[in-house]
Amino acid sequence: MHRGTLGKSNRRAEQGLPLSTNSSVGKMTAQEVRLCGLLLREHFGEVVEKVGTHLLKGGAQNLRTIIHETGISLDLVKKSLCVLVQHGACVFRSGRKGAGSPAEYQTCCDRILRILRYPRYIYTSKTLYGDTGELIIEELLQRGHMTMSGTVKTVADRLTQNMEEGRSMDYSEVSSTFFRLVETHFLQRCPPLAGPEPKDSATPAAPAPPGTPATPVSTAPPTPESFPDCYKVPHVTLVGRGKRQLASEDGEDQRNAKKAKMDSQTHGDEGICWQVNFERFHLHFRDQAIISAVANKLDQTSSEIVRTMLRMSEVTTSPTATCTKPLSANEIFRSLPTSYNIPRPILDQYLTLLIDDPMEFVGKAGESGGGMYVVNMHRALANLARATLESVVQERFGSRSARIFRLLLRKRHLEQKQVEDFAMIPAKEAKDMLYTLLSQNLVQLQEIPKTPDYAPSRTFYLYTVNQLPTARMLLQNCYKTVANLVERRLFESKESKRLLEKSQRIEAILASLQASGAEPEQLTEVEEMITAPEKQQLDALRLHINKLDSAENQVDETIFLLESYINSTASTS
Amino acid sequence: MAGKGRGVAAFTFNIEALGIGRGSMPEARVGPSPLFPNTDFKPVPLKAGEDEDYMLALKQEMRGTMQQLPHNIKPQSNKAEVERYTERYLKQRQIDDENWTPDWNLLPKELMPQKKKPRAKPEAKKKTVKISRKDTEALLTKLDELEKKGDGNPEKSDDETEKKKGNDEEEEEIEAEEYDEEDIEEENDYIDSYFDNGEDFGAGSDDNMDAEATY
Repeated sequence: MHRGTLGKSNRRAEQGLPLSTNSSVGKMTAQEVRLCGLLLREHFGEVVEKVGTHLLKGGAQNLRTIIHETGISLDLVKKSLCVLVQHGACVFRSGRKGAGSPAEYQTCCDRILRILRYPRYIYTSKTLYGDTGELIIEELLQRGHMTMSGTVKTVADRLTQNMEEGRSMDYSEVSSTFFRLVETHFLQRCPPLAGPEPKDSATPAAPAPPGTPATPVSTAPPTPESFPDCYKVPHVTLVGRGKRQLASEDGEDQRNAKKAKMDSQTHGDEGICWQVNFERFHLHFRDQAIISAVANKLDQTSSEIVRTMLRMSEVTTSPTATCTKPLSANEIFRSLPTSYNIPRPILDQYLTLLIDDPMEFVGKAGESGGGMYVVNMHRALANLARATLESVVQERFGSRSARIFRLLLRKRHLEQKQVEDFAMIPAKEAKDMLYTLLSQNLVQLQEIPKTPDYAPSRTFYLYTVNQLPTARMLLQNCYKTVANLVERRLFESKESKRLLEKSQRIEAILASLQASGAEPEQLTEVEEMITAPEKQQLDALRLHINKLDSAENQVDETIFLLESYINSTASTS
Repeated sequence: MAGKGRGVAAFTFNIEALGIGRGSMPEARVGPSPLFPNTDFKPVPLKAGEDEDYMLALKQEMRGTMQQLPHNIKPQSNKAEVERYTERYLKQRQIDDENWTPDWNLLPKELMPQKKKPRAKPEAKKKTVKISRKDTEALLTKLDELEKKGDGNPEKSDDETEKKKGNDEEEEEIEAEEYDEEDIEEENDYIDSYFDNGEDFGAGSDDNMDAEATY
């Protein structure tokens, strides 16, 4: 652990002070809370934002406290809590004072921060399971959790909408994609209620978890995986095809049509709700990151070999394992995709190359079966995180500072003089760069005393870099970055609010005119209601907003990498 | 203060140990770092490709959709009396799941909206007054019925039967009483404004016309 540096008062603020000291579950930093607040506001409205941030800052509270401290009316608070629980952002359990006390609600910022990653989840399911999979995941993410029958119907309707006239999507096709998603654990059942009023009778298919109603206080909410029926699909009778929604101008017709469709037919799975399993997606992203890193560093064939190894160990490796189970070279050879016709000796050469690579993606675990090989997940993640840190230093401070940073990462502790020598940078510039890195808290000073009285003249001062705390600090920076991006985007939209509203209005008028079959002259007349400079302004605004949105998506990739590394280190230590 | 006249900085220890000579100290800071410092190195441009464009479109679509779902709770704003022209077109885009009902099996009971709210609130506070109200209402109904005996169908029982048909049979009795009192409450302006809280006026009544998400 790094010891104190000279004058570090403002550096703690950069690292992000934990805010809520009374909750034992998950200390949230100020940056995380700010970002969560913005995400809640954008997706659920300002009321939910207020309730959510209050819960984040204050730890577990009961209903009365929330109403009293936020000043929001009772029914709005109730609705907000329902929304938060529906989306898994808030958990509740019986109060700490015993069985009779009111339920306490607690929010964790991790779940809310996942909202940033929704586009990536949807896109991944599109690449794996096509449009049907994409829409299933999208619907579940938007609604929090839904029953299988509800999801299948909605998705079939949406797919039918986009198909040609006369064709519609059968429910069974959507159901089969749903099954596959559950089989590969991308979807999981919501855990049944284990709160103050256990309603076990409502979900006959899911057996009650043993012993939960008896214990009044559980320290941690049960994970969905702790229930045995987590991935069991209930028997559902679902026959039919998607319905095409008739486009009508009058809103009333649409409402009636939708209401008629939603008429309840029971399908045998009431009360069994499904949610997206984020951890499984994260494992998939992690594997993708490792494979693409191997492809970048070595070549395509090596990445295919690593991909095969990861695919073989998908079901046998636990999510928190540091490396996969050992696979023999014979097994790997047999499981390679048939398009890769590598003879056996070449495979062995590739494996040797992978082992010798300093990134340590693959390790050797024995000699039986032609050599036993493992993929080092933890090591790979640590190296990827290290590469991210080095890249950050390079882009912010230049390649020579990056050289010093890399040097310190490898050599651990170096004196001032040694840094200058090893990095081959003149003394004055090296000092300057070191001070800059030190003031940004990327590099720390370690004091090693020669005498017990810590006399400065007789103490070694060594520069050092600690990867884990630095990664945490950069992660907080990333959260701050995304929050800034969101705020800037909101600001830009607000500045041009009048213009945006006008263009929306005109689009709506155009759409309704086109639907009712208007002449081209009318359409151009309406289009010209927006003047040319306004059009330019609108285009510039769109460009800015797209850039800011795209930047958010890409910062989230870095966030994922750093979070995975930190979680992996925390679980192994 | 010993080295004040002689050098810029004076330290309690031998600064040579850190390898810093007297002349090569960086400038002392005179305040907090600027809020928007100059960057010598401009950031790397964003990745641009099919994947990124698709994810961008997904993100913006999702944001738009989630803002129109009933999950998005809007604070009760004072809407202008006359509906603006824009509102008419923007309203058409609202997804009309106004009656989103969460699965109550997964939520604590206390979050359910109180259907009996207009009765529950005064009941909690002024029980004694309520009882006497009940009595007076019973008396009133009796008197009304006696008066209108000759007219055939008294209006009160007409409303009662209508509302009874609309409700579940289990809650028939309670619901009938409830609507009875609501009826009387709404008719009798004096009592309504006497106990008016302002809070449950717009939100609690069942005839909520606005496009706000209600269960």
